Amino acid sequence: MKEFILQPWPWWFSGTIIGIIVPLLYLLSGKGFGVSTSFQELGALCCKNKGPGYLKNFNWRSGLWTLVFSAGIILGGWIAVHLLSDAPILFLPESFHSPGGLTRLLIGGWLVGFGTRYAGGCTSGHAINGIANLNLPSLIATIFFFVGGVAVTWGLGNLIF
Amino acid sequence: METIKNSSSRTDFLSAGAYLRIAFVGALLGIVLAKSEAANWDRVHKMFRFEEAHMYLIIGVGIAVAMVGMWILKKIHASSIGGKPIAYEAKPLHKGVIIGGMIFGAGWAITGACPGPIYTQIGGGEFYALMTLLGALLGMFSYAFLKGKLPH
Repeated sequence: MKEFILQPWPWWFSGTIIGIIVPLLYLLSGKGFGVSTSFQELGALCCKNKGPGYLKNFNWRSGLWTLVFSAGIILGGWIAVHLLSDAPILFLPESFHSPGGLTRLLIGGWLVGFGTRYAGGCTSGHAINGIANLNLPSLIATIFFFVGGVAVTWGLGNLIF
Repeated sequence: METIKNSSSRTDFLSAGAYLRIAFVGALLGIVLAKSEAANWDRVHKMFRFEEAHMYLIIGVGIAVAMVGMWILKKIHASSIGGKPIAYEAKPLHKGVIIGGMIFGAGWAITGACPGPIYTQIGGGEFYALMTLLGALLGMFSYAFLKGKLPH
């Protein structure tokens, strides 16, 4: 058991926990699983009653839970690395630890922030929570997540990776 | 008027207990994203290169388990701990779902992180991911300012 926990977790175990998180979050808080709304919440907090309607008209009080959720994810990352692993957990390859790598992260991050807000959700809100609730637009969104990801990976492969 | 406004804005916040439960679920997500290696750039890259089934299996099982869970919650008309009936808020279809979806997918492929893994990486000590988060916030602000001009 201890051995199992300290190793990287297999797909069936990880997928099951992610799946359970969706109804669990509804039961424990009434909230729908989704991470990228936390970006809008940060924007709304940063320009309270100012700026474009997308941020000004967003109720930062009722959106505050998204930041609590995000803080929980950060804490979870820390727990996984420091308490639940006997070997280092890999995140970014060494090639990103360079000025060129940081530029790629900044540009790629911009695409993540812009794209998820334009699409109205990300892997959690659309692909997992949306499809699990049989929301057709979420299935369409998920298909186009992969269209974009595959196109960049195969099309620009040698240029950016 | 003022008191009504105040009381309604106060109820926009959740109870301390609800925030604690949300943080707990968030931590569980952060742990599983790190331990499953779904927050590992290499795993994401191999997903988009169709070299590994790992990520597809995690997402697929996640959707299937969530679907069964939501079906049960709806079947038994479950309420959340706060007592409110559980209801999924459907996300609408518009052009941004397609265009924005592709843009996000491109970013996911480049950074190896969708929003959950960005936070996971930061918590796991991968501080270069702060750059990804900075980019994501700039992207969010760009969308906020351009929203009126974009097709929806």
